[in-house]
Amino acid sequence: MKTLQKHTLSVLVENTAGVLSQVSRLFSRKGYNIESLAVGTTDDPAVSRITIEVMGDHQMIEQVMNQLRKLFPVYSVQRLAPERSIRRELVLVKVRAEAPDIRNEVIQIANIFRASIIDVSLQSLTLALIGDETKADAMQKLLKGFGILELVRTGMVALERGQYTINDDNKEKGEFNYGKTVL
Amino acid sequence: MMMKSAQVLMECLLEQGVDTVFGYPGGTILNIYDEFERSGYKDKIRHILTAHEQGASHAADGYARATGKVGVCFATSGPGATNLTTGIATAYMDSSPVIFITVNVAEPLIGRDSFQEVDITGISMPITKCNYLVRDAGQLADVMREAFAIARSGRPGPVLIDILKNVTYDSVEYTPLSVREHAKSGRLSAMLERRGRDLKAPDPDAGDIEKLLQMIEDARKPLVLVGGGVIRSRGAVPEFRAFIERLGAPVTSTIMGGGACPGNHPLFTGMIGMHGSHASNLATSECDLLLAIGCRFSDRVTCNPDSFARKARMVQIDIDRAEVDKNVATDHHIIGDARRVLELLNAKLPAHDYPEWKQWVFSHVEQEMPQDPNKLAPNEILETIQKLTAGDAIITTDVGQHQMWSAQYYHFSRPGQLITSGGFGTMGFGLGAAMGAKLGNPDTPVVLCTGDGCFRMNCNELATVQHYGVPVITVLFNNRTLGMVRQWQNLIYNKRFSQTDLDRGPDFIKLAAAYGIDGGRAATQKEFEAVFRKALASGKPWVIECAIDKDEMVHPMVSGGSPVTNFLLD
Repeated sequence: MKTLQKHTLSVLVENTAGVLSQVSRLFSRKGYNIESLAVGTTDDPAVSRITIEVMGDHQMIEQVMNQLRKLFPVYSVQRLAPERSIRRELVLVKVRAEAPDIRNEVIQIANIFRASIIDVSLQSLTLALIGDETKADAMQKLLKGFGILELVRTGMVALERGQYTINDDNKEKGEFNYGKTVL
Repeated sequence: MMMKSAQVLMECLLEQGVDTVFGYPGGTILNIYDEFERSGYKDKIRHILTAHEQGASHAADGYARATGKVGVCFATSGPGATNLTTGIATAYMDSSPVIFITVNVAEPLIGRDSFQEVDITGISMPITKCNYLVRDAGQLADVMREAFAIARSGRPGPVLIDILKNVTYDSVEYTPLSVREHAKSGRLSAMLERRGRDLKAPDPDAGDIEKLLQMIEDARKPLVLVGGGVIRSRGAVPEFRAFIERLGAPVTSTIMGGGACPGNHPLFTGMIGMHGSHASNLATSECDLLLAIGCRFSDRVTCNPDSFARKARMVQIDIDRAEVDKNVATDHHIIGDARRVLELLNAKLPAHDYPEWKQWVFSHVEQEMPQDPNKLAPNEILETIQKLTAGDAIITTDVGQHQMWSAQYYHFSRPGQLITSGGFGTMGFGLGAAMGAKLGNPDTPVVLCTGDGCFRMNCNELATVQHYGVPVITVLFNNRTLGMVRQWQNLIYNKRFSQTDLDRGPDFIKLAAAYGIDGGRAATQKEFEAVFRKALASGKPWVIECAIDKDEMVHPMVSGGSPVTNFLLD
């Protein structure tokens, strides 16, 4: 039995139509459900960065990475090990909060988690929290008792710690890199 | 100069030296077809109108495999495009460079489920190396140049270009550019620069080469396994032959590697895998070093990846790093073009010999079985073709028993001589492929080996070979059943022959006659030899129907999932 564990991949791609489905297809083909996916442009508007979190066994993920590198709109692929990367996610939670004591309690929880309250109505409070998944999960657990009306997560975004970037080709040489990819 | 982009497309084909295109017209691709007449491109590019888009797709593929050039295929939108998909997947699985050009409905109609509209770029995503939807005439020349470069470089493969109909009518500035300049301009140069990609495989790592040389020194029982990568790599075959002469170890081959090692070479053990020879499969299990070159360890080769070559250190040489460790775990790998890797190895490899090991391996070569002179045995057909064409014929096949017999009994001696759907196993591939191969090699005899099941699928292309006078000799192994499936039913399904009986029409000789093609029947080796001689001398397309016993089987056989040495059938 292969052991599944969570992997975070960062993929630099050309910002054009159809790239996302090409990338996601490689995961679905293996029967891997993408747990979270965040896409946005980078400092160069022609380039997007996709952060993917997926459960899979190590060898299969390695193979998917090699297949990703073969896609022409893909510039770079990197696996971000948790200990070597910083990871953040934005979570918006709309909580039922009508009675004043409930509202106070929700506000207190928000303060403890350094979440901000970004919308208020007579019946609800909406909190925004930035953190990794443990922080988001912990807050979610606490708020559950008050009644979560809606919750949305952006999906994890991550960068490698230190001065290196996804563009530093040679850094991964130990893993599998022979410089340029043949067309 | 300003011109309609349909004309730009033709000019781009001429830039690439394309002289033959296979295709089928239709509503959306009219502007492109109009250029053959309007601007006289029919004098520069020969268009072969097939009976069906699928036939065109296989013909372009066969042309590419037989010539080493990029094949080109045209089709219209919707059903025209979807009819290509089996052909695209066939080319993809066997790394054959083909450019498929389809034209979709016009921009205002896109995404409205318009007549004959289909998202072919979406459909073909998993079966192309790369594909494009051209929505802007200004991009067409650039896309065409990039597409050809991608199709033929590295690990070759099919590329699809879908163009919107309105784009084909738009006028645009076109500046001619020789192929040599392509990498320095436009999209292609941008891609090469910014994505760290290269048209040629990077030089293999020197340390990796050294390590392999040491592994060879340490080995006592090495075995070379050659795959289609050596066939696809330009100039690799001479280097490969020099390498095996120097190494002096037994050599086995996948079906796609057919022709890399001459079939009658004293080091050649025959094909490996499900229908591999005893010598090949036993050597695989006994060797202490398995040197795989351009092979992806498909399930038809390994049968059971966990037990495959268990005693060996495994080395994989491949241009595509996504192939390494995909199906079997290797101990060492070298990423690079087969020709270059072999060249570097040949420069340093001392001559070796493994007399005891070779003796052991070749002691397992099958004994020839006694043959009934009143019956026509499959090997006699192949041996006769071999004899009468002096081993020069290009053999194309369909899929099934006749395909395995062709791979086993014909001695291929050069790349591109065996054209078969090895990866995708496409029944109906052969006739189109034979037509493409013959048009690309007019001076070489081309023989299609097919079965009655396969031939029935796409025999409509008889109309095409007849019309264009393409002298393909069809050798039809007629056992009145789906032989390979029946073989499984015989051996594994307790002789329950569910839906494999093809005891029905047509009369294939009358069918050929209806297309204006001569034919003949053979039920013994003598008859076959006489008919084949006649066909060969005629210089015209021919159909030869061979009577094969219904229960004739492909020997040996290992069932899928078992170790390659567990022969279900000797």
